[in-house]
Amino acid sequence: MPVIETPEGPIWRRRTRGQAMARWFGWLLGLAAFLWCWSRISEATTWFFVRDAPRIAGDILGRALPPRWSYIDNLWWPIWDTLNIATLGTIIALILAVPVAFLAARNTTPSALIVRPIALLIIVSTRSINSLIWALLLIAIIGPGVFAGVIAIAIRSIGFCAKLLYEAIEEISATQVEAITATGASRWQVMAYGIVPQIAPAFAGIAVFRWDINIRESTVLGLVGAGGIGLQLQASLNTLAWPQVSLILLVILFAVVLSEWVSAKVRAAII
Amino acid sequence: MTAADTEIDSLLGRKWRKPPMIRRRWLRWAIGLGFVAYLIAAFATIEVNWSRVYEGLDRGGAFVMAFTSPDFTSRGSDIWAGMLESVVMTVAASVVGILISIPIALGAARNIAPLPVYMICRGIIAVSRALQEIIVAILLVAIFGFGPLAGFLTLSFATIGFLSKLLAEDIESMSRAQGEAVRATGSRWAQWINYGVQPQVMPRLIGLSIYRVDINFRESAILGLVGAGGIGATLNTAFDRYEYDTAAAILIIIIAVVMALEYISGIVRARVQ
Repeated sequence: MPVIETPEGPIWRRRTRGQAMARWFGWLLGLAAFLWCWSRISEATTWFFVRDAPRIAGDILGRALPPRWSYIDNLWWPIWDTLNIATLGTIIALILAVPVAFLAARNTTPSALIVRPIALLIIVSTRSINSLIWALLLIAIIGPGVFAGVIAIAIRSIGFCAKLLYEAIEEISATQVEAITATGASRWQVMAYGIVPQIAPAFAGIAVFRWDINIRESTVLGLVGAGGIGLQLQASLNTLAWPQVSLILLVILFAVVLSEWVSAKVRAAII
Repeated sequence: MTAADTEIDSLLGRKWRKPPMIRRRWLRWAIGLGFVAYLIAAFATIEVNWSRVYEGLDRGGAFVMAFTSPDFTSRGSDIWAGMLESVVMTVAASVVGILISIPIALGAARNIAPLPVYMICRGIIAVSRALQEIIVAILLVAIFGFGPLAGFLTLSFATIGFLSKLLAEDIESMSRAQGEAVRATGSRWAQWINYGVQPQVMPRLIGLSIYRVDINFRESAILGLVGAGGIGATLNTAFDRYEYDTAAAILIIIIAVVMALEYISGIVRARVQ
């Protein structure tokens, strides 16, 4: 135990002198890294605009209020599209995520050496790329529209759903699976009666959770042209129609809060 | 014969069936039917230009092939500058966001903060969580002009909502006994927080912070689409010019960095917990 000897006797210290120095040096490095990052941001910034920012913000706010409520008639169709992008995307993602999850889970994978790394790679690569980037890519490939949005949301969600699902599969109790196997059940019967009932609640929870996130993401997919209410947002921003922008933002905020409420209710009912 | 049948039937009892997930029959049917009706309506209203999709398959194939020969060099300097800006934004925004979110988390924990402070902090968290990064970025670019400052502010703002909420929940579920023990020694408020609360939530704070760095990096990759700095602008240009090999290179770098961050965060979380 590190102590310091003083004339009045030893005093307890939490760390030795070397440990304390190492910690301070670490913090110093961290601080230096942060300051360097900040200086780079600062170099790339036009500070004149920043000093002017409060006035600009007030100006924009003044233009944006009150929202143009009559514009809501043009928004019903985009809202329906947004809902479809999120829901259909989630359904497609779940259908694709189930096999990936079973291949990635340690206790159900057919081959831990070859198949599992491939499944994990699918999970990581689909998860680490944002749905807006997937949408950009799909628009270049299959053209702008709702369909590109659905597929973008679907691809992005595969990794997320499959990761949570395979963690749920790895946590199932082996005794139930063994009990079903002991009755002479085939591989698929074990799956249907031993594994699926154990992960069904987790699956339903993941589905609703991801649907909630997807509502959020599908509202902005239109910014790159993948359909939904984001298209209207982009159009309004481009024409500097700030009253319309504020109305659309309010609609998006309402949709996000509503979907979060629905998802919380459903998950509370399941679990 | 029929008598024997019924006898066997009565001995065997009813055939076992899997219990349904939703017990109430009418609810089960209502959800099922409503879902089918919705699916029909949704599919009927989606317009898919199948000939366009079919044409696109070639380009899709070209893009997939580009992953086998990514081009890191011909736009090397753009990629490097973009990635550096993304990393710089991520680091700076994570530091500032975490520093701000700690006091807000303390304020948003009901067992520490008085009700007025609690309401204010919960309000900040709700606003930050409800607004998505990209929308905040659009507004901030309009206010502060193009460049990484808007991205930095966006990510800091998003970090506050995420980290404060989860940290506040952890503080609310901490053990009271340790806090009381520190209190009983006659500590001041700051000492109580430092010795009674902080050690209990530190592992979670570190884990969440590293997770948030990971998220911030991923988000910084798209902020460039609206002019808020980072690799997104380079990526967008690459897609617009159909330079799939450059785009593939950027995506590979993003995936690699995210994987590395996830690996590091796994190690760190295993060590602190």
